[in-house]
This record gives sequence, structure tokens and C-alpha cells, in this order.
Amino acid sequence: MRNILLICKKELKSYFASPIAYLLMAFFGLIFGFGFFTATRDFVRFSFQAQMMGQQQPMNVNDQIIRPLLGFASTIALFLVPMISMRLIAEEKRTGTIELLLTSPIKDIEIILGKWLGAVTLFVCVLGMSMLNVAMLFAWGKPDLKPVLVAYLGLILQGACLLAIGTFISTTTRNQIVAGGVTFFVCLLLWLLSWFTAFDSGPASQVVNYISIVTHFENFSKGVLSTKDVVFYLSMIFFSLFITSRAMESLRWRS
Amino acid sequence: MCADLRLNVDYHVCLVWNINMIKVEGLTKRYARTVAVDDISFEVEKGQIVGFLGPNGAGKTTTMRVLTCFLPPSAGKVTVGGFDVLESPQEVKKRIGYLPETPPLYPEMEVIEYLTFVGQIKGIPSADIKRRADEVIGRCALGDVRAKLIGKLSKGFRQRVGIAQAIIHNPDVLILDEPTSGLDPKQIIEIRELLKALSGDHTIILSTHILSEVEQSCERVIIISQGKLVAQDSVANLTNRLRGAEAVSLEVEAADGRPNPTEVQGRLEQVAGVSRVMMKESKDGRITLEVESLQGRHIRAELARSVVNSGWNLNELRAVGLSLEDIFLQLTTAEPKEEGGQK
Ligand SMILES: Nc1ncnc2c1ncn2[C@@H]1O[C@H](COP(=O)(O)OP(=O)(O)OP(=O)(O)O)[C@@H](O)[C@H]1O
Ligand SMILES: [Mg+2]
Repeated sequence: MRNILLICKKELKSYFASPIAYLLMAFFGLIFGFGFFTATRDFVRFSFQAQMMGQQQPMNVNDQIIRPLLGFASTIALFLVPMISMRLIAEEKRTGTIELLLTSPIKDIEIILGKWLGAVTLFVCVLGMSMLNVAMLFAWGKPDLKPVLVAYLGLILQGACLLAIGTFISTTTRNQIVAGGVTFFVCLLLWLLSWFTAFDSGPASQVVNYISIVTHFENFSKGVLSTKDVVFYLSMIFFSLFITSRAMESLRWRS
Repeated sequence: MCADLRLNVDYHVCLVWNINMIKVEGLTKRYARTVAVDDISFEVEKGQIVGFLGPNGAGKTTTMRVLTCFLPPSAGKVTVGGFDVLESPQEVKKRIGYLPETPPLYPEMEVIEYLTFVGQIKGIPSADIKRRADEVIGRCALGDVRAKLIGKLSKGFRQRVGIAQAIIHNPDVLILDEPTSGLDPKQIIEIRELLKALSGDHTIILSTHILSEVEQSCERVIIISQGKLVAQDSVANLTNRLRGAEAVSLEVEAADGRPNPTEVQGRLEQVAGVSRVMMKESKDGRITLEVESLQGRHIRAELARSVVNSGWNLNELRAVGLSLEDIFLQLTTAEPKEEGGQK
């Protein structure tokens, strides 16, 4: 456990020592802020129109702003993940520092878990940028807290899952651009698949639906916390990290 | 009778002290296409400094990577401190300090931060880490750069941080892949001294291309070429084995007039123990010669006396031991037909 935290701390340090962490936070903050601005502007306009037309029922901030906004955040996350995970192991292989880690009395799985945990922590920090905007909604209106928390949990689980896949991809190469590119491609594919299944309900798309990491976020974004989705994400994370450790071992044997 | 006695004693020493810190038996390492290391066997006793020599691509780095559990062997048995690298890698890793060919450094860390991190992953108790880090900073003369970013250090300083990293947890076995590459001469001497100081209770294997370094800091040499072991012996034995005799270079000058080269040569040939006299140069009344002795004879004093007694000036007289360079070239350029080295 100590070793995992050591590696995690080291990863975070190197993220924050380079501009990458700040760039990602700024990038996400800006895009999310833009989405927030558009969503609230439209919301205000519509609710104003609704009142003019004499509708009594107030519009719901949760449904009209927060839900689409966090859905939007989950899409941006697909672009963030490759940028966070690409360097994890590829970089250590390129610079040779992997030799230090692998000849120290720590286990492969501790290295992998530590690195993944570091990446997840950075991801949560980046997501944290959106809290500023969401907090404004709480100051201004009275949205329900619970669905917001559930949606954030979903975002984190989805991110952690994609980061685990990214960690695996980063293990297979010493070139972090390649690692990032492939991870990005995988994320893009998942995103496209979720589009594909949105307009189709045949058996094929149901299978795709089940394995697609993105569609499992849907329930979370609605504020529904279902065990099925949580279990799905956790088992995907477990599986990805497991094959990462296998990959590390087999690469050792082959090279 | 005498030889029997020797054998017996050796056998006893082995039994009593169990002195083999590193034991490699029939190690073979194959990469996808190449056989990088081919059936190598050697042993290193506790407290020894062993030099690992070989031309580029000989398999030095590969062997070291197997010893440090970075790569698994394709065949053969490798033990460090009695632990097998395949069966109990964690135990082996605890006992090894390793400086890879490229020092494994994180450019975004400060020197002290980096050494602390390494100390932690090597399993030093937290209470001792600061003390250990300060100690290796002192030993590797890193005091001036302790708070500097590693990415901003010069190559020599990076190499020193690499060495500091390898010794921070006070390992039983030190494996250093070209430890002095990129260092200035003063540093090389300091590192050599550092290694000597460490060698008492640490076992050290170092690979290098600088042969004089092996002669000066190693007790034993292991020479490999194209993945095969071609020689394994103490530095002195190796020199003698190929040479078996002493060689002396001298410069003679006549005090009055010109000495006759053939006369000089003739005179020196009569000195007891001389086997061969070679004329090297004869210029401005100065004659340079190289004299070889018979097996196991010391001829320097006799030579000097003979020259002076003949009324000539002796300008220079020095031993030109067959350098390790010559041995190295001889062993590694020839077809490796028989496995050399003593068994
Ligand atoms: N990762 C690898 N994959 C495939 N072949 C390799 C790999 N590493 C080394 N080799 C091959 O193994 C052989 C031995 O290489 P090694 O690096 O052990 O040599 P070396 O003695 O350390 O050489 P040098 O003095 O140049 O450092 C070489 O032929 C090399 O091409
Ligand atoms: Mg090498």
C-alpha cells in the first residue's frame, strides 16, 4: 500500500511539475465554462418566455442545465483521458526509468495501481474545475444535490475506467504519442458507438450498448445510481489493470 | 602433493564462508532474433570488485539486466546472495543496487527529492531516509546541486546522481553499467576510490570500455565477446597468462660520443634473464630498446647496472606490461574457439 501511494505521489508531482496538468485544467475549465454560459443563457431565455406565456410551473435547473452540462463533460472527458494516460508507462520506458522501478523491491501491480491512481487523481482535479460553475447554480437556484453527486460519481467512474484502458495502452509502447493516439482512437470509437446505438435498438446494438463504457454513464447522468452500472465500471477497471500487469510481464519476457 | 594441499584449502574456504555472492550457471538470454548471451557461467565472491569487459554488443548490459531481475533468463540459473532471480526476485532486488547504462532519472525532480523517492521504493525505513540521502550526497559530491532540478544537471552530475541512487540503500551487491561514462578525470578517480571504499562489504560488478580502469580498480576481469565468455581471471593472472614475462623499455645515451646500437644490443642480451632485445629507435645518440625477460625473471635492476657499468647514460627505464588492451584485443578479435578462463 505504501508503495502504491509512493508511485501515485510521484506521478502527481510530475504532472504538476510540467504544464500538462494546468493546461488540461484550463482547457476543461474554459470549455465547460462556455457550455455553462450557453446552457444558462438558453435556460434564462426559455424560462422568461415560459413566464410570459403564463406557465406557472417553474423549469427544473437539474434537468435543464446540470444534466446536459455533465453529459457534455463526459464527452470532453473522452478527450482528456488520452492526454492524461499516454505518458504513464511509455515515458518511463523511453527514458529508461522503468529499469529503476522494475529492479526495485516493489511489485509490478503496485507500480500499475500507483500510476493509475495518480492519473485518476489528476482527472478528478480537472473535473473539479466544473465545480465552480455548478456551485454558482447552487448559489443562485435550488437544484437537487443528490443527482448532481451521482452524475459526478458516474463521471469519475467512467474516467477511471477509460484511464485504466489508457494505462494498458501506454504499457505496450515506448512512444507516448502513439499511446495517446491509440487511446484517443479507442475513446472516439466508444463515443461513436454510443451514437450508433442511440438510433437503433436491434440485438447488435444492445450488445454494443452493454459493453460501451459511454452508455453506462447515461443512468448516472439521470441521477439514477444503479448497482449494475457501478459493477460494470469496477469490473472493467479491474480487468484493464489486470491485463496491464500481464502485458508488463509478457513484455519483460519478450524483450 | 603441493597442488593437492592447495585444492583442499580452497575447498574448505568455500564450504566455511559460502563466499559466492553471485553465481551464474549456463546463463543464456535470447531476444527475438539474436542470442545476446550464450551459456555464460561465472561466480563472484563476496567483497570482490569484478570488471566486465567486452566489445560493443557483447552482452554486458544484457547479463546485468538478468542479474538485476529486469529481464528473465532464457536458460540457466542465476542466484544473488543465494536467492534465485526467477524464484525470489523480490529478495534479489532488495540486495542489489543498479546503475543502468542510462541513469534512470526523473528530470522534473530535484536531486534530494529524487534520492528520497528512490530510498523509499528501495524500502529504507522512513526514519533513515534523510540520513542515507545526505550520506550519499556527500559520497558522490552532490552537495552543490542537491536542490537543483535533475533535468538541468550536466551529464557528469547526472551520472553521479545515478551512482548515488544505486548505493542509497546500502546494497550487498552493486551492479554498475559503465559507471564512469561522462565523468571528468578527477571524478573518475573519485569514483574509483569510492568503489574501493565500498568493496569491503559490497560485491561490485562494473562494466566498462576503459581498460585501464579495470586494471586499477578491479580484482578480477570477466571478458565476454559475442555473448560468450572468453576469459575469467584476476587482472594479474590474465596479464601473466598471455605474457608470462616482463617487458622493459629503456632509453640509453652515451656520455661521450655515439654509442653503437649493435654494441648496446649485444651487451643487453648478455644480461641474465633476458630473452630478447628489440631495437626501437636510434636518434641523436639516443637509443630506445625494448627488452623482454624470460618467464618469471626480474631484470630491471640487472639491466640498469649493465648500462651504467658500460659507461652509458640510462635516460629512461620502465616496465611495459602487456596492457589489458592487448589482451582484450587478442581475446575478442580471435575466433572464440575454446572457452578460456580457469575453472
Ligand atoms: N531489447 C533488445 N531487443 C533485441 N535485441 C537486443 C536488445 N537489447 C540488446 N539486444 C542485442 O543483444 C546483444 C547484446 O547487447 P548488450 O546491450 O547486452 O551489449 P553490451 O555488451 O552492453 O554493449 P555496449 O558495450 O554497446 O553497451 C546485441 O547484439 C544487441 O543488439
Ligand atoms: Mg551495454
